[in-house]
Amino acid sequence: MEDPFGIENSDLQIRDDSPLTVDQAIANLQGEDLGLRVYAAWWLGRFRVDAPEAVQVLIQALEDEADRTGVGGYPLRRNAARALGKLGDLQAVPALMQALHCADFYVREAVAQSLEMLGDRTCIPLLIELLQDRLPGTQPAPEPPHLAQPFDAILEALGTLGATDAIPVIHLFLDHPVPRIQYAAARSLYQLTVDRAMASQYGDRLIQALSNDDLQLRRAILADLGAIGYLPAAEAIAQTLAENSLKLISLKGLLEKQLQQTTAPDLSAGAIKVMALMDDLL
Amino acid sequence: MSDLLASLVRAVEVADSSSLLLEAVQNLSAARLEGAIPTLIAALSYNNPGAAVAAVDGLVQIGGPAVPALLEQLDLHNYTARAWAIRALAGIGDPRGLVTLLGAATADFALSVRRAAARGLGTMKWHWFPEDLLEIAQGEALDALLFVAQQDEEWVVRYSAVVGLQALALAISQTHADWRSQIQAQLTQMATNDSSWAVRGRVWLAQRHLQAGMVQEQYQGMADQPSSLTEMDWQLILQNLYDRKGEERLVLAEGDPRRYRELAATIVPQPGLTGES
Repeated sequence: MEDPFGIENSDLQIRDDSPLTVDQAIANLQGEDLGLRVYAAWWLGRFRVDAPEAVQVLIQALEDEADRTGVGGYPLRRNAARALGKLGDLQAVPALMQALHCADFYVREAVAQSLEMLGDRTCIPLLIELLQDRLPGTQPAPEPPHLAQPFDAILEALGTLGATDAIPVIHLFLDHPVPRIQYAAARSLYQLTVDRAMASQYGDRLIQALSNDDLQLRRAILADLGAIGYLPAAEAIAQTLAENSLKLISLKGLLEKQLQQTTAPDLSAGAIKVMALMDDLL
Repeated sequence: MSDLLASLVRAVEVADSSSLLLEAVQNLSAARLEGAIPTLIAALSYNNPGAAVAAVDGLVQIGGPAVPALLEQLDLHNYTARAWAIRALAGIGDPRGLVTLLGAATADFALSVRRAAARGLGTMKWHWFPEDLLEIAQGEALDALLFVAQQDEEWVVRYSAVVGLQALALAISQTHADWRSQIQAQLTQMATNDSSWAVRGRVWLAQRHLQAGMVQEQYQGMADQPSSLTEMDWQLILQNLYDRKGEERLVLAEGDPRRYRELAATIVPQPGLTGES
């Protein structure tokens, strides 16, 4: 999820006892100091400043040319894209769709995640194009295995957005050499498959992956299962060798899915079971 | 050191893979030997969540004898290990851990520490307390849990406070109807107003438990062996409680630098692990 070159590392020096104000952050984002601009973009997202001016300056920042890394990345654009996802203003959708053509792999990853959060389905055809690697000028990831596209982010977005047209293309990713991407495809197909019995095969595939030897992968699967709220995974999540914090977040996803299916304060048997597991992880 | 203990400890020391370490810590924990305490505590800071879970289980099983060493562990800077140690203290429920849990639940900067402590405040071995100390101890636990339920920014810490309040309400229901009503009023408020669905769901469950009385749960702990604490231990607990009562509770305002430390903790990538347990 987190991009290795983003603000998350570098802002530590700036953060001190003089917190930004909204006006200052908006002004900083348009200022000369690149460090402050990148920080302001992150800050507006972090504190969910959804004022129209904030959205406007962040949209402008998606076309920034000033802030470049040694290998051609656009840190400011990445942060702006992430922030726009959090602000929930659909005005950002056309600009974000344009940014899916960006050469920087991590900008496209952030954009796909933000389009997923915004939930506007107009971007679906373009995401499918990107999934098929058909957008010219997009460069692969700078690190091995040099993925052509942020496939996992795109797959997750298509699942969340209900892109049933994409099912045949997504199927191809179930056998992708990178396990993380296989599981993103399974998660997506679980969400897109109407027949629940058929869908459960994808959920069960994720449950099996919880016993993978790779801790990073187990963590990612916990997030996937939480995102789809797959109740049969509850026990397996509780037993997974990973941090309790991550297991609790995952189970929270299952619990909230259960709570949506009853009227407050009624609780389903599933909800009660999930809470019993959560209580033991506190 | 017995041969068994020595060989179990050695297996932990020589484990050279994450799965071997996990297995060795599980075996050491299962032996329930007091001599294993230092090795189990060391395992809390190995950055291996599976091993830490096993070590906490082992320490909870050993119980009281592990408490002094766990309290010392809390001075260390590794907050992942601190969270696991608090979790073990919460699981043991030993009154010597009470003041530590009160402080950790209300003011620790790591959410995993606050989360573990809040739950532990509800499940103290209240039946160990002498009568004169019980009232002040439960009153402090109630104040701390209400504070956390109302003020903590993290859903999981408020969730944990609800779990703690449920347990505390059941423990005091015979003795303090007024406190029980306070808890119920807090739950009623959270049932509709808490910003997190998961927290609201847990509140509904707590309300259901309280309505049902759940008397059997209340007496579950009573079958446990009686307190092994000395007069000196109780004096120290009382002294710490009075010291704490004398202090203003720490409320971190928006913009307080400590809030930023917490933020930093959530976003600084840790080598190998996220740091939260």
